Amino acid sequence: MSSTKFAVDLVTSVGGNLGSVGRSLTRLGINFNAVDVGNPPDGSRPIILPGVGAFGAVMASLREGEFDRAVKSLVQAGTPFLGVCVGMQILFDSSEEAPGVAGLGLVKGKVVKYTQGKVPQTGWNEVRPVNGNGDGAKGWPSGFVYFVNSYYAKPENDSATLYEADYFGPFCAAVSTGNITAFQFHPEKSGEFGESLLKRWVSDVV
Amino acid sequence: MLSSGLCKRIIPCLDVANGRTVKGVKFQNLRDIGDPVELAIEYQRQGADELMFLDISASREERSTVFDLVRSVAEHLSIPFTVGGGISKLDDVKKLLSLGADKVSINSSAVQRPELIADIAAACGSQCCVVAIDARKVLGDSAAAKDSGKPSWEVLTKGGSVSTGLDASDWAKQCVELGAGEFMLTSWDTDGTQEGFDIEMVLAFSGLPIPVIASGGAKNPQSFVDVFSTGRADAALAASIFHDGLFTVNEVKTTLKNEGITVRLC
Repeated sequence: MSSTKFAVDLVTSVGGNLGSVGRSLTRLGINFNAVDVGNPPDGSRPIILPGVGAFGAVMASLREGEFDRAVKSLVQAGTPFLGVCVGMQILFDSSEEAPGVAGLGLVKGKVVKYTQGKVPQTGWNEVRPVNGNGDGAKGWPSGFVYFVNSYYAKPENDSATLYEADYFGPFCAAVSTGNITAFQFHPEKSGEFGESLLKRWVSDVV
Repeated sequence: MLSSGLCKRIIPCLDVANGRTVKGVKFQNLRDIGDPVELAIEYQRQGADELMFLDISASREERSTVFDLVRSVAEHLSIPFTVGGGISKLDDVKKLLSLGADKVSINSSAVQRPELIADIAAACGSQCCVVAIDARKVLGDSAAAKDSGKPSWEVLTKGGSVSTGLDASDWAKQCVELGAGEFMLTSWDTDGTQEGFDIEMVLAFSGLPIPVIASGGAKNPQSFVDVFSTGRADAALAASIFHDGLFTVNEVKTTLKNEGITVRLC
């Protein structure tokens, strides 16, 4: 057993790359345990899943060794989960990016492509909490975060939406439902504000 | 009409060689003004939306230092950054991204071998593939200009030293088809002049379906107002204006906000 006390489990991408979320957690002083199919999470810690690339490719890599099932059953059993970017999209049932490929189906709804403006949306956009998520002392703050996405999620149940932003009309920028939270934007690339959201999620669940 | 909601981006550019900042940076509050990481953190603090590191190393040995630089920058920075200069191989792109760069910028190597754009897009995604286009306006009395009756620009490579004869508009369209994610457009008619961005040129390209980063000629906050409101750029890159300490990033953004342009103020 390691003597280090890990706060969270971070799902690494192909090749064990801890990526920008790993570097951000390190900056924040949050110890993380790198998990993948060979070292799967056991539900004793919250799970963070960053996703980079295409919906179909991310699902295909998660399905290796049935890692997707392992994660899904832990989340269904109540393990706190944070998805980032494509790690948010794969929580849904399906995506226009990969017709016929099933997502994890942990949040009802589908992922669709922007139909206006330059795609991908590239840059900083302001997110605002909805559904009462901004209220009270524990409310989520509004602020500017960095997006790079061609697709965005449309939850079947509007009340799952945590943050909204505008890209030629409002879209769902984050969800929060039960033990699941997910950001379409990159909190780890969104300066102090973005990192404050990561830190806040960790302090909520650890 | 619904607006995009997206902020216009301000991108300070750091020229580096042998792992050090080379353009005369005049900040007094840094411990080591030649240290690109220190400078990057200062620009992040000022409200930079992204950073560009342009490696102008003369030799292959010097150029290898960029990998250590990228690793160190990625550890410290919590905003996106792009690395450009001398990148010609997909393996180098993969390495830079794995070390923490968010995007790479390619220029002469893409003109020489356009498939590089498609290779990067396929392997790493279009979002990380910035194509830098250096261009100069084709003078009015040339045959090409007379033919079209519209202004046109010629692509230059090797730091502006080689005229390719390639029409910049045709090249840009080809880049989009190959999978480029963004353009960085540098006008060799205004670069280094500090007379303002080349608005006519930026406007001619800003209707393309991918973001356009305007570069070259920034003089003062009004230059940025002009390149966003008239040139319709998605982002603007500048070096001297920030390195000389004439204006901070935040001062430029405050002016933009006062002019009704959407920016992220820290």
